[in-house]
Amino acid sequence: MDFWTLANAVTSGLLIGLVYGLSALGLSVIFGVIRIVNFAHGEIMVMGMFFALLMFRWLGLDPLLSVPLAAALLFAFGYVLQLFVVSRVSHLPEHMQFLLLAAIAIMIVSALLMIFGPDAQGVQVGYAWDSFAVGELLIDYPKMFAAIASVIVAALLLAFFKYTMTGKAIRACADNRTGAQVVGLNVGRLYALTFGVGAACLGAAGAIILLLFEVHPYLAPGYTLLAFVIVIIGGLGSLFGALVAGILIGVSEALAALLFQPSMKSAFSFALLIFVLLLRPQGLLGKAIR
Amino acid sequence: MIRPGDLVRPLSPAGVWLGALVLLVLLLLPYWGGSYVMTVATTVFYLALVGQSWNLMLGFAGLLSIGHALFVGIGAYTSAYLFTAIGLPPVIGVLPAIALAVLMGLLMGYLGFRFAIGGVYFALLTIAFAELVRIVIDHVSWLGATEGFFLQVSEADRHGIDLVNLRGAPEMYYYLIMALALGALVLCRYLLRSRLGYYWQAIRDDESAAEALGVDVLRYKMYAVAISSGMAGVAGVFYAFYQNSLFPEIVFNIERSIEATLGSIVGGVGTLFGPIFGTFILTPLGEIVTEAIDLLKHWHVIDPETKLDGLKLLVWSFIVVLIVLFKPNGLWPWVCEKLRLIRPGEER
Repeated sequence: MDFWTLANAVTSGLLIGLVYGLSALGLSVIFGVIRIVNFAHGEIMVMGMFFALLMFRWLGLDPLLSVPLAAALLFAFGYVLQLFVVSRVSHLPEHMQFLLLAAIAIMIVSALLMIFGPDAQGVQVGYAWDSFAVGELLIDYPKMFAAIASVIVAALLLAFFKYTMTGKAIRACADNRTGAQVVGLNVGRLYALTFGVGAACLGAAGAIILLLFEVHPYLAPGYTLLAFVIVIIGGLGSLFGALVAGILIGVSEALAALLFQPSMKSAFSFALLIFVLLLRPQGLLGKAIR
Repeated sequence: MIRPGDLVRPLSPAGVWLGALVLLVLLLLPYWGGSYVMTVATTVFYLALVGQSWNLMLGFAGLLSIGHALFVGIGAYTSAYLFTAIGLPPVIGVLPAIALAVLMGLLMGYLGFRFAIGGVYFALLTIAFAELVRIVIDHVSWLGATEGFFLQVSEADRHGIDLVNLRGAPEMYYYLIMALALGALVLCRYLLRSRLGYYWQAIRDDESAAEALGVDVLRYKMYAVAISSGMAGVAGVFYAFYQNSLFPEIVFNIERSIEATLGSIVGGVGTLFGPIFGTFILTPLGEIVTEAIDLLKHWHVIDPETKLDGLKLLVWSFIVVLIVLFKPNGLWPWVCEKLRLIRPGEER
């Protein structure tokens, strides 16, 4: 195996890994603040994919242009879901929260199945097969645009948490819920906002990833698992960790597909996850929370 | 020791009568139920068995598993492979099946508990293991890989009773899984009132306090995982010889693991009868929804031509959401209270 084959695989994995990272950010934001593991993660992301598909079919809109629309739509979805449903189980034990979100996940998949049917559907953009070369490195335009879009959305998200008052208020809730309530923050509304922001991330990631893969309802559980793996490797609640781990998983998948078989690639991700859980259960960039 | 009276004692007189009535109906079910009813009833008891195994880990010892399909699958593949490869009858094959499932459970438990991985992290570790094993079996050609692993069934096998080779009429499978599920109930009742059971409950309620009082937390958690995975392994053997076909995509699917949790959570986590009660509500409920949809199509309330593949699951999961929101402790404790089925202070 020569150097350029390897370099091509690594680059492709890195670009896809950035999209994975953005999707995992959505999970991380929600867990980091609300302390709820969003088992409907992949399902919400697939909703974003289908939305971008509809926009492409009806308006001929490039999936990258539907990113803000998908994000806005799913922000509203997440906001309402947290405010009226998820907030009602926050005092219940973990397994009840898991069941609620798993049931919501099944509802979303069933609804998508009724509307769109089980077949894989995709979009065909003009630049789908275009690429440019750096040395012998071939970079596909769709992958590169997807990666750039993901980085922009992720940067916006990080800036939101770092610089805006609302972002700071949300971080205050994450650090100390009672303290945030004492200083007069409306924790319920901020939680809804957080779930909305997390879901918006998924909407954006879904619209972006439609550029690369076809969509069908049963895709969802796979994306949920993938995001779990990434977020645990990066550290639950660590935003930057999710991005780094996303790249790591993207590259490891690409290498596994190249060196072994494409169907073995998620086995490597899960093996990586088990190693990380054993050696550093708080994740690569997570703070020890035991 | 386990005495038959142990299961009856917690029941109030009303509970005894109702229990006896339900048991009688279930025992006589094959005499008036058609093959459809038998299939549903067999599935109910099968899920009740897996659910009790899952409930033992979470409800008794506080360990959340979302990868229970793993233990079921290992039991199923082990017994099916040994039967096909060397002709080992499942009545003996169940022993290596249990052994392998327990071994897997112990490995997972040891890795998890040794490094003090708790709560959500442990749950995700169980998913990771289940997925890993699924993908590995996907690539093992002598286990059929993605093509599936099949057990030979001849037409003659579908009649009579052959408990050694687990071949026979649907009624045999029904009574067998009923006996296994009730056996698991007796075992759980015994465990819950044993020294081990009290250690588990102490760990579940407050791990640090239990440890401070000298409970060997790691060891008793391992016991919980071992017994639970062993029970799931037995269920796996039944699954293999009832279905006669094993696909990694289906057997190890995360939906199987979620399915295992649903009945117990709806019935009431940590209760004795909850897992069985929950599956008796949920599985028939799913069937009723299907029937109702068919009926509505028949009456042309819904256009018979519309495809409603997802509608059943949609309605069903909506009902699950309602139960989580409005009866978070499960339905069984609530029903017990309303109907006064259990004597005060006894195990539910």
